[in-house]
Order: sequence, then structure tokens, then C-alpha cells
Amino acid sequence: MIVCDIFNYHMSIDLKTIKHISKLSRISVDKKKAEKLAGDLNSIFEFIEKLNELKTDNVQPLTSVAETTLKLRDDEVKSKNLREQIIKNSPQENEDYFVVPKVIE
Amino acid sequence: MSDITKQSLSELIKNIKDKKLSSTEVTKAFVERSEKSKELNAYVTEDFSAAIDKAKKFDENPNLDLKLPGIPMAVKDLFCTKNVKTTAGSKILNNFTPTYESTVTQNIWNEGAILLGKLNCDEFAMGSSNETSFFGCVQNPIDKNLVPGGSSGGSSSAVAAQLTPITIGTDTGGSIRQPASFTGIVGLKPTYGSCSRYGIVAFASSLDQAGPMAQNVRDCALLHEVISSYDEKDSTSIDFKRNNYVKELTNNIKGKKIGIPKEYRVDGMPKEIEDLWMKGIDYVKDCGAEIIDISLPHTNYALPTYYIVAPAEASSNLARYDGVKYGFRADGENLIDMYEKTRSEGFGAEVQRRIMIGTYVLSSGYYDAYYLKAQKVRKLIKNDFDEAYKKVDAILTPSTPSSAFKIGEKTNDPVSMYLNDIFTVPVNLAGLPGISIPAGHDAKGYPLGLQIIGKAFDEQNLLNIAYAMEEKINFKNKITDWWIK
Repeated sequence: MIVCDIFNYHMSIDLKTIKHISKLSRISVDKKKAEKLAGDLNSIFEFIEKLNELKTDNVQPLTSVAETTLKLRDDEVKSKNLREQIIKNSPQENEDYFVVPKVIE
Repeated sequence: MSDITKQSLSELIKNIKDKKLSSTEVTKAFVERSEKSKELNAYVTEDFSAAIDKAKKFDENPNLDLKLPGIPMAVKDLFCTKNVKTTAGSKILNNFTPTYESTVTQNIWNEGAILLGKLNCDEFAMGSSNETSFFGCVQNPIDKNLVPGGSSGGSSSAVAAQLTPITIGTDTGGSIRQPASFTGIVGLKPTYGSCSRYGIVAFASSLDQAGPMAQNVRDCALLHEVISSYDEKDSTSIDFKRNNYVKELTNNIKGKKIGIPKEYRVDGMPKEIEDLWMKGIDYVKDCGAEIIDISLPHTNYALPTYYIVAPAEASSNLARYDGVKYGFRADGENLIDMYEKTRSEGFGAEVQRRIMIGTYVLSSGYYDAYYLKAQKVRKLIKNDFDEAYKKVDAILTPSTPSSAFKIGEKTNDPVSMYLNDIFTVPVNLAGLPGISIPAGHDAKGYPLGLQIIGKAFDEQNLLNIAYAMEEKINFKNKITDWWIK
């Protein structure tokens, strides 16, 4: 196998990184959970970094197995009056609106 | 008829068509057995009384020309069913009742089948043992405290235990084939684009496919025929000519070329798996097929690729669970606090772990090193198969590197859990069809499966090879009904 040098580093995910990912993914984590996640993610990334053994500079990324272009459809309304259905499963609604905690002071 | 639930789907259909059995009799039999089997925890939602009502209605004016006339069927709880709760095995969807029906389940009801209920699964289909479900793990009917596989673990358990004559699961990295192998049943993952993804709770959109899980290959072919359809509501659904899979089913596979990939002989594979594979080779030879050694050189890179691509897509798909539009909401001091608490309390540990991995590999500065790299390796993996299919018609491998394991055995080590899917994951990455058929037992008497991988859209050939092998193998599942008091 040819080792691709620019990827030949070993990442280590620290608590600061976990905090950052937690913020990006909007999942709150306390210290205990962050420590557990850091351990898990490090062992998973150690496993994932096997890919660095492969040289892929001249490989085109695969974005879809189907290899067809997505079909375009006409811009026409096919289902109407879905307001009630759409709002039906909302945890909190007010007539025709979703309700969220106050955003503007 | 006392042993209705022991009959295969094809037998039940024949008996209903010959008017030897009514839909009501059949439905009541499966309801009764399901009621007695609560210890398996296969169901998340039971819809039994509605099912019996529907069966009675069917019997009043039976349309016997349908493909599934009055047949009761439970389905994985990842398919949206109109007015019946759909949870995806998650707390975050515990109060979600869809106002619409998935295309795949609609196809099934259009052919006369009747919903029995919704079957347990790993949370958002993320797992290989059904232990990540918010609704608890499922028992494998083969033995107490044995996992049924996952993510379609409620589905595999329910078919093996005869709580439903047949079912549908979904397969993103092996979630139909691995549980089928662990419970001694047949499971087909169709070609990507063959069955519509509309109305299936999304996990990793470029990999997810729905497929049948059945007691035998013929039943599997029949359900595949019903669910496979072009659907304009799924932008990746493919418009190709589908076969009459049952009518064209044949055990004549003389002259077919079957590839044996040397890279699937992995380190530490138990001898009984190796032996099973060799026996499988003998079976196909007995059927008149030709064995050809092939190489799929990037096999070892499939799992690491999968654990970038699937979490990346999942982190994006699961962004929709924000406590606003549907599902569980936790109270928060402000909007952001509400989002963070909702997702922290609503998702289980494995789902959070995968969202975190996915978010990280897509985040600024890491995208090229991880996600783009994985997409490139995915291309190499697909090229391996394209190259192999110049020489062979199908590929034979074991379905899993071991038989079913005990509940709790692998929960503390995510990587060892992920290794379960080593033989199934490459198939999803390449978008190919794969089928697992029961092929033998290990020393403990637990079932073992063999996997056949086909060319894209070549499900007919795949089913034919499985059908021919099934006849030679003559597998009998060893189920004692230990859970029925």
C-alpha cells in the first residue's frame, strides 16, 4: 500500500472538540457524557483512519450509485390544503403556526 | 386448521384462494400467536383489533385476484403508516402518527394485505442487534437472551417466530441480511433505486433500501414483486422494467458463473463460517454452476468508508428533529436551549454518537480528509464489483462473520459491533442487490447464513440462485417456542 503523507497523522479528539461538535449538532453534553463520547469517537476514528493507506488523488468521488441525473418535474401543486396535516404532529401549535420559545426580545 | 401460523406465505395465499381459509381465520391465528409472544418484544405497536376488522371486511367481498389476498402482515417501524404510530425505535418519535403512507407499504395494502402492527428496530435503524431501540431489545426465538440481529430485529424475530407470515425491513449496511442470518430466515436487500424510499424514516439516503424478509425464497420473491416499483416521489427511484419475479423463478442455474472473493476470508473468522462457505460452494456446483475465484481488493476499506458516509448522511437527515414540527420536545430557556435539550433527551446514545461523527467529518477543515476521501474509496469499492462482474454472474460469501451473539455482549464496544456488517456493507456502498439465505447451524445450533450478491437490477438471477441453493440446503429452523408459557 502507498501511504499518502498529507493524511498520515493521527487525530485525537479532545473534550474541546467534543464541545465544538456538540454545539454544531445541537446536542447538549455534560462533562461525563463528553468524556465517554471522546473515548468512543477516538476508537472509531482510529478504525476509520485505515483509509489513509490508500492513495486516491486521481479517483473521482462517488456521489450516487445510480449514475443517473435526477429527474426534474414540472413545478405544479399536486396536493393541496395540507396545513392541518402538517401541523397535526407539532408539540405546540397556535391555530396555523408552530410555536417556539420566544426568539426576539 | 390448527397450525395456520406454521404455513408459508405461498401456502396461506393458496388456502385463501381455494377458500379453505378465510382472511379472518388467518389474521386471528397470527394475532393470537403474537399475543402469546410478548416476551420476544417484537412489536412496538399492535394494531390487532383493526386488523381483524379489516380481515372481516375483506371476507365479505374477497378479491382473490390480488397478490396478497387478506394476508396479515406486521412491518418494521421505520415505514410511515397513515394514522398508525411510527417511532423508528426512538423516543424522539414516540408520539408521531403519520398523516401519510410510505409507498412500499401502500403497494402492499394495494395487493390486499392487512397491517398487524409495527415491529421493533434499532433506533433510526442504527445498530446490529436491536439493542439501541428505545423500546428495548428483542429476543431471538432461536434462544433466550440471544440478539435477533439488527437493525430489522423485530422483523427477523417476528418472521422466525411465525408472528407474521412475512415482513419488510430496511437495509443500510446489512440491516435485513444480518438479522435474517441470525434467525434462520431469508432476507433480500434490493438494488438501490428499486424500492421507493418515500415515507421511510431516513437514515443514510444514498444507502437505504427496503426489502422483504421471509421464510423461504419464493415468498421473498413474491413480496419483492409487490414492493419494487418506480415512484416519482423518490428522486432516486429508478424506472426500469421489473420482472415477474415469482413467475420467472427457476432452480435452473446451470452454467451460471459464481465468484468467490478471496478478501472475504477475514482474519479470525470462525472455522464453522469457513466450512459453511465451502459447503455453499459445493451446493452451487451441484446445481451445475461454475465457481470462479475473484478479487475485491478494497473490501477491507468498506467498513471505515461506511462509518464516514452513513453518519455524515445521518447527521444531515436527523437535523429535522428539532422539537418544533413533530416529535418529542424538551423545555428550554430559549430556542437554542430547547433544540439542544430536545435532541440530547430524545436521541439514544448510539444515534448521538453517529450524529457527532457525521457532524465532525462534514465540519469545516475535515470535509476533504474524511468525507471526500470516503466518497473516493467508495468509488474504488464499486469499481471492484464492476470489474468482478465482467467475469461472473453473482458472488457467494458468508452473510456474517459469526452466528447471533448474546444480548449485552457487544454493547460497550462500538467497533466490535460494527464489524458484524463486514460482509454486508460493501453491497450497500456499491448499490447492489444481496440476499441472505439460511444455510446451516453452528455447534450451538444457531443458524448461519450465506449471502449472494448480484449485479445491479439483476434480482431475478439472484433469487434463482438462492432458490436453487435453498432446495439443496434443505434448512430447518430449530425453534422450540420457549417463550410461550
